[in-house]
Amino acid sequence: MRDWLMGGGILLVAALFLGLMAGAGAFTADRAQALSYLSDDPQVCVNCHVMREVHTSWERSSHRNVARCVDCHLPHDPVGKWVGKAIDGWNHSVAFTLQNFHEPIQLKPRGRAIVEQNCVNCHIDLVHGIVHARTGAGAHASLPAGKRSGISCLHCHLDVGHGQ
Amino acid sequence: MNKRWIWIGAAVAVLAALGTFGILALLQNVAQRQAEAREVAFRVVEITEDTYESSVWGRNFPLQYDTFMRTEEYGVETPFGGNVPYEKLDKYPQLRIMWQGFPFELSFREDRGHHWFLFDQRQTRRVQERAQPGSCLHCHSSVVEAYRIAAVQAGLPVEKIHTEEALRKGFDAINAMPWAEADTLVRNPLACIDCHEPQTMRLRITRPSLKDGLVKLANSDDPVPHLPSIERWRAGDRRVPYDANRLASRHEMRSMICAQCHVEYYFDRPPVRTLIFPWSEGLKVEQQLQHYDNYGWRDWTHPRAGSGQMKVQHPEFELWSQGPHANVACADCHMPFERVGAVKITNHHARSPLLNIRQSCQTCHNVAEDELKRRVVTIQTRTAALEKKAKDAVVELIAAIESAHQAGATDEALNEARTLHRSSQFKVDWIFNENSRGFHAPQESARILAEAMNEARKGILSAHKAEAAAKAAGQ
Repeated sequence: MRDWLMGGGILLVAALFLGLMAGAGAFTADRAQALSYLSDDPQVCVNCHVMREVHTSWERSSHRNVARCVDCHLPHDPVGKWVGKAIDGWNHSVAFTLQNFHEPIQLKPRGRAIVEQNCVNCHIDLVHGIVHARTGAGAHASLPAGKRSGISCLHCHLDVGHGQ
Repeated sequence: MNKRWIWIGAAVAVLAALGTFGILALLQNVAQRQAEAREVAFRVVEITEDTYESSVWGRNFPLQYDTFMRTEEYGVETPFGGNVPYEKLDKYPQLRIMWQGFPFELSFREDRGHHWFLFDQRQTRRVQERAQPGSCLHCHSSVVEAYRIAAVQAGLPVEKIHTEEALRKGFDAINAMPWAEADTLVRNPLACIDCHEPQTMRLRITRPSLKDGLVKLANSDDPVPHLPSIERWRAGDRRVPYDANRLASRHEMRSMICAQCHVEYYFDRPPVRTLIFPWSEGLKVEQQLQHYDNYGWRDWTHPRAGSGQMKVQHPEFELWSQGPHANVACADCHMPFERVGAVKITNHHARSPLLNIRQSCQTCHNVAEDELKRRVVTIQTRTAALEKKAKDAVVELIAAIESAHQAGATDEALNEARTLHRSSQFKVDWIFNENSRGFHAPQESARILAEAMNEARKGILSAHKAEAAAKAAGQ
């Protein structure tokens, strides 16, 4: 036995374990609907039950026909979108597995900045005056976008996408 | 074979084994979360109108029952409340003077949670040393069963035992009993059946005094935009009296249920001692005072001042009705929804929202916890400061009236000062005994205390005038 292991059998054992891991990993990924997360379907966001209330209220919101989850919560440029998806996916998986997140669920500064930018992306015709004012030399120039202290779409329009 | 490859092979095997272990643990976690997502409500026992023990309901609703049982916990202080049963008469010495001649001069402790309200009532010196009516049990016990039994004993046909008529008849019978006799009829503090209909868990008002109070309120013209079913009833033909169990929305019920007890009330004259909410003019403090004046009511006559007084109970529902939070229900902050697994339940551990800011406040206010707490405590600290000044003014007024009386001032000459004593003490008492220290309606609380201070000071001037006149006449 010892001779067999030392003679290269150990590699076979390692390969066997690697195969087991790959199988278990694939099975787990399948059970966790891992591939579904590559899509933009809002249904995917309620794979996890904590998002139910948010999803339900989005279905009744003013934005239900014009914006899905990803339209507000991920950047619109192709690189940013997938980077954002990866970061959010990792953070959400860890949080939901360990159950150590803040309830009620709150948007962090990075996520808030993304949503703010996406408000502007769609509503630029309406808000270009405001956007210009805060980036140019206007009265709001000193107010940074998306920060608590600054001018912010969400400060007033917090519930257009969904309630808590 | 190369020794290095053997070590690498062994290391890969071990790491892969550990990795597989981790992946399978994750698989189990995923399966667990997915299992949570399925609805969980198991009906393991039949709950009927005759199921009075909450522990039986708890078998069908274990999550809610667990939180409900936590009202047993005490010993937590908040800046102005909490559930440490300290003696308020010691902390606020003005109270012994204001309530002189009334049972509350003996003892008035900070209350503990719902679990304790029958036990603590049996201990208090007010009940042990002074005669009290059975009316107390309306809110200090799970009285539904006792009302029904008393109704049958009073001649109600037994097949009507589950009707509202039974509750009414039992209410009348038990109000008229001495407390010690009525106390033998009750077994439990607050129970599920006090608020829930057993088949559907729908919220239901079981206390006749609130039904009467809401009928009176609906017939008044006090605006109640936060209770739209009353406004709708007023706009209708008003042929059938307002009935909250039929007309109120679930949202309104999540406050009205609490209004069965968390209100100002009085026990009517003997022999019936009916428990009455003074709502015929409306919910505001002046309207309640008007109700008492109209009825010619006083709880007792103050022995030093000679004025007719009311000891205010705990008008939380009424003060909340005047405040910015009247658009949310009592339960939204005091029994907030919380997630357990995938299920959203009402936390039945009713307590101060300051002890659960995340669920109570942050659901609406996306602001840091300590900032929210500071806002609340700021309001409460300001109210407490005004309240102390108002209490001091009332105590001075009592001394001024007594002094004038001893100097020979007539009842007629002291009438104005005594009337001002009645209204100013009622207002201070109203805010002091209300358990939010002004938070339920900050501006209204400050307004009431300002009125109280002004009236007390005017009363002092009036008493001084009467005293001077008496002394001048005597010389």
